[in-house]
Amino acid sequence: MTSAIPAPQAEPTSSPETTPSVKTRSTPEKKARPQYSDRVRAERRLGWLLAGPAFIVMLLVTLYPILQAAFESLFQFRLTTPDEREFVGLGNYAVILTDPVWWRDLGTTLIITVITVAVELVLGFALALVMDKALRSIKGVLRTAILVPYGIITVVSAFAWFYAFDINSGYVNSWFDWLPGIDENTNWFAQTGTALFVIMASEIWKTTPFISLLLLAGLAQVPGELTEAAKVDGATWWEQMSRVIIPNMKAAIMVAVLFRALDAFRIFDNVFIMTNGAYGTEVLSLLAYRQSISRLEIGLGSAVSVLLFLCVLIISFVAIRLFKVDLAGTQGGKS
Amino acid sequence: MATSRRAPNTVKNRPRAAALASILMGTLLVTGCGSGESENTLTWYINPDAGGQAAIAEKCTTEADGRYRIETSLLPSDAASQREQLARRLAAGDSSLDIMSLDPPFVPELAGFLAPVPDDVAEATTENVVEGALAGATWKDELVTVPFWANTQILWYRKSVAEAAGLDMTKPVTWDQLIEAAEAQDKELGVQGTQAESMTVWVNALIESAGGSIVTNPEAPSDELELGLVSDAGREAARIISTIGDENLGGPGLATQNENASLDLFQSDSGSFMVNYPFVWPATVGAVESGTLDQALVDDIGWGVFPRVLDDEAAAPPLGGINLGVGAESDDPELAYEAVQCIVQVENQAEYFVTNGNPPSNTEAYEDPRIEESFPMAPVIRDSLQDAAPRPQTPFYNEVSTGIQQLWAPPGAVDPDTTPEESSDFITAVLRGERLL
Repeated sequence: MTSAIPAPQAEPTSSPETTPSVKTRSTPEKKARPQYSDRVRAERRLGWLLAGPAFIVMLLVTLYPILQAAFESLFQFRLTTPDEREFVGLGNYAVILTDPVWWRDLGTTLIITVITVAVELVLGFALALVMDKALRSIKGVLRTAILVPYGIITVVSAFAWFYAFDINSGYVNSWFDWLPGIDENTNWFAQTGTALFVIMASEIWKTTPFISLLLLAGLAQVPGELTEAAKVDGATWWEQMSRVIIPNMKAAIMVAVLFRALDAFRIFDNVFIMTNGAYGTEVLSLLAYRQSISRLEIGLGSAVSVLLFLCVLIISFVAIRLFKVDLAGTQGGKS
Repeated sequence: MATSRRAPNTVKNRPRAAALASILMGTLLVTGCGSGESENTLTWYINPDAGGQAAIAEKCTTEADGRYRIETSLLPSDAASQREQLARRLAAGDSSLDIMSLDPPFVPELAGFLAPVPDDVAEATTENVVEGALAGATWKDELVTVPFWANTQILWYRKSVAEAAGLDMTKPVTWDQLIEAAEAQDKELGVQGTQAESMTVWVNALIESAGGSIVTNPEAPSDELELGLVSDAGREAARIISTIGDENLGGPGLATQNENASLDLFQSDSGSFMVNYPFVWPATVGAVESGTLDQALVDDIGWGVFPRVLDDEAAAPPLGGINLGVGAESDDPELAYEAVQCIVQVENQAEYFVTNGNPPSNTEAYEDPRIEESFPMAPVIRDSLQDAAPRPQTPFYNEVSTGIQQLWAPPGAVDPDTTPEESSDFITAVLRGERLL
């Protein structure tokens, strides 16, 4: 505030320059560039030099396939009959969007995304609190223990969950037969509901550690004096949580939700291993796989992939614009 | 301390490091020479087995006396993934595909990428080959692959259950008789009800046994392909599958039951009758030898031909197995075919059956005395192979099969009045590019 006082005194033309100078430390703008010190400029150059090659490689390995897929999606093209390749414009998209299979799979994917992210958020927050509050002596062990599922390859964990619930080899039916609805004849993978339950449970078990780590980073950012002040003012645990801690972690929570939602939306491994999409458990990634890899219909498969990509873009856009996720916010602010 | 201790070691290790480096260089040089020799190395893409194909490759390499060397390369475990990998490699013009083990249903789709079978090879490798295997190796009346081994399902039964049900197992039985017997004896039938390739195998066998075909003009282009699902044969197949599903005759795991799961069911106390491949015999005998199953179980097992659909018409058992194809882009197709001829030799087929449990496609191989000893049901297998009907030999097999799997599984959801028509419409729309699969 104090540095803003001289601004009105300066000539009107200089005001655009002085205004950024106020903000330089928090949000640098283009016009503020001349005011960077040599050191900052050298650092920025170094930053580009260090990140540049990776950025170019990223462009090559992601942009090129995306463009290629968008191009292929305009053709009717089967890999085993390359001579019959035919331009169909947006025909593939029309086929997909008018097909109930697409909408059914989109629905399944959304159900999995919403339920897993919601459950993971609650569980992850609880785990983050446990990790945050744990005694220093067991903190390391606790964090490692919580992270173990995340370190397991998804295909391996999918097989482990599959064999646990499988009616022939599983132990779940005999361990939990005291629960209503479960007996030795429960065939988990024969109906949509139960199969999705196992798929989601496995997904939640596997990725909750990731969300809890992100939330733990958010918890660490909540200034200790605020919670202390709230305590002094006699706030209950719940009040501290809802009035102080969670509002201060909003950025971390939103980033965690966004990252996991994007991940969950692209779920493939668990479904592929456990049911291969049978009995209403097919998700969009598997639909794309079925067209491109199994049917070798490159055009149709590419169109499904492009639509899947657009869905992911929409989720990101909605999260960033509507919920105002500040992706830089979790870095703890530089001010 | 640490550094002073490490330093002399480094010095001392120098000659050893030099020796290691020279060994490494030497190895590189030798492999360099190796790749020079590799002009006559043939790569054989094999499906996973118990090591039988690798053993044959080794044997043929020895017999070739330096003319060629066969190296094996392992494909994924299930047939669908094997096809995916081979199709991608073939479409990309991979010249390493000298010889490949192909599942018969995928032969038409990949036929365009295969080197033509030379006449002399065709003549030499088709003599005494069972009908079913020949049909599976042919596309548009031309032999495009060489039959290697042929698989089929036979009926396995528990003698005690058949006896209690009063069934005369010396004669062929029908599905209805089996359903009735299982119901009366309160036992379960071993069938494959899972949503997978095995469902198409079952549906195809039932429809062919009833005198129909899933695809009536398999050589037609995709938009002209005509399906035979909406027919008496199709409805009869649907009736049998839905009865087994509706009346819970396939056990609680029916909807996810594959070949291994149905074997488990058959071996359990509720086992009665099962349609399955010959692998179940060595698996069961092996389990008895290792002590997990009782000898009494093996003594109780009988076998016969695949059950009939119609009382008065012989069944058309499923056909599987492996044919050998040679890639059109192979550097030396002639040499590859020479190797193929070695691989499919009668004694190799017999040996492969005895060691790996995969039945020969050549009837002559069944005369090997070792076969009767390890597979007492070999004559039934051989006869079944003569009657076996291949799955639709069309380049669009994957669409047809996946479509059937999606609508004919689980068995409990099949309705003889609607399923044949629904699946026919769905597959037709997929083939015309109007629907997603």
